[in-house]
Amino acid sequence: MHELSVCQALIGQVEKVARENDARRVVAIVIAVGPLSGVEAGLLEHAYPVAAAGTLAEHATLTVETVPVRVRCRSCGAETGAQANRLVCGDCSDWQVDVIAGDEMLLMKVEIETAPAAVH
Amino acid sequence: MCRDCGCSLGPAATRAPLAAAPSTPGRTDTIEVITAILGENDRVAAHNREHFDAEGVLALNLMSSPGAGKTSLLEATIRALDGRLKVAVIEGDLATENDADRIRACGVPAVQITTGNACHLDAQMVHDAVHDLPLAGLDVLFIENVGNLVCPASFDLGQHRNVTLLSVPEGDDKPAKYPVMFRAADLSLITKTDLLAYITEFKVERAHAALRQIGFGGETIELSNRGGEGFAAWLGWLEREVAAQRERTARGATARPAIQPEGAAVHAAGRPTR
Repeated sequence: MHELSVCQALIGQVEKVARENDARRVVAIVIAVGPLSGVEAGLLEHAYPVAAAGTLAEHATLTVETVPVRVRCRSCGAETGAQANRLVCGDCSDWQVDVIAGDEMLLMKVEIETAPAAVH
Repeated sequence: MCRDCGCSLGPAATRAPLAAAPSTPGRTDTIEVITAILGENDRVAAHNREHFDAEGVLALNLMSSPGAGKTSLLEATIRALDGRLKVAVIEGDLATENDADRIRACGVPAVQITTGNACHLDAQMVHDAVHDLPLAGLDVLFIENVGNLVCPASFDLGQHRNVTLLSVPEGDDKPAKYPVMFRAADLSLITKTDLLAYITEFKVERAHAALRQIGFGGETIELSNRGGEGFAAWLGWLEREVAAQRERTARGATARPAIQPEGAAVHAAGRPTR
């Protein structure tokens, strides 16, 4: 439900990068999202064109990389995959684990187009 | 439908392109950035936290589904404290001043944020509300978030602690259904325990187990707004947190809710995640 707000924040970050690099437009955006971030990849993709309209990123493609949940066990030290609602060690089933991936909501890459170099 | 996620607009495939892309291609570059998408919200949240710390105020973010009893809890808390702690409240709802009016009726300052169609509070809304609320002399600022078990969990407001409410009529498996929200809590309150006598399918032990399964490592208190042992434990937690905040402010330190986005730190360090 809050994916449009997240997309608007994303566009803000992307436009900042674009301006800093004298971009004429943004071609592609890559973001990484984990299930524990509280946003849904499909809804982000759906909200994206609305948030991007009229910005430098209007025609950019959005790629959402889904980051699987991984936990590190405080008892046995194993690093295993886990489900968002079952954050337990995959090896020894202990529930005292630290989440080491799967809660991120990150802008990873921005592909920009700058004006063609002047012909000499 | 909801204007916030754009879901009223139909599937993307049926939408006409907004405009044609520029035709003369230039030079393309790929820039690796790796920054938090909500970085701007986080910046404003940090600024809010500085405001709270400058005045030595403990800020608590109350989150739950609509109707779990956030406002009733605040009313009962204000009455029970009987002026021992100086309290103010920021209320978040889609519409109406109803909740702020209820708090003001208890003799405590309250600011109502009406979000329109937005499903959560963000740091900027709280920042604007704080400008209408004198922080000087306060002990606790309660921020009652929009009733919603999904979106509020993703937005830092500048609070020091997150408190989530799980009311007995909602069922003991709520943490398993909404793991992101319940994992974000520092304190989990199981509310409306006076209804346990009628809703016998709710097992407190099962709620505890569901919380453990999602990696919740905080404290849990079962309580009824109508008083009793649990309510005293809640007031005790509150007083301990106020004392801890005073001690932190005295040495120029601050606190953030227990759950930090560790995955983000892993990315920033350049370590692969799969």
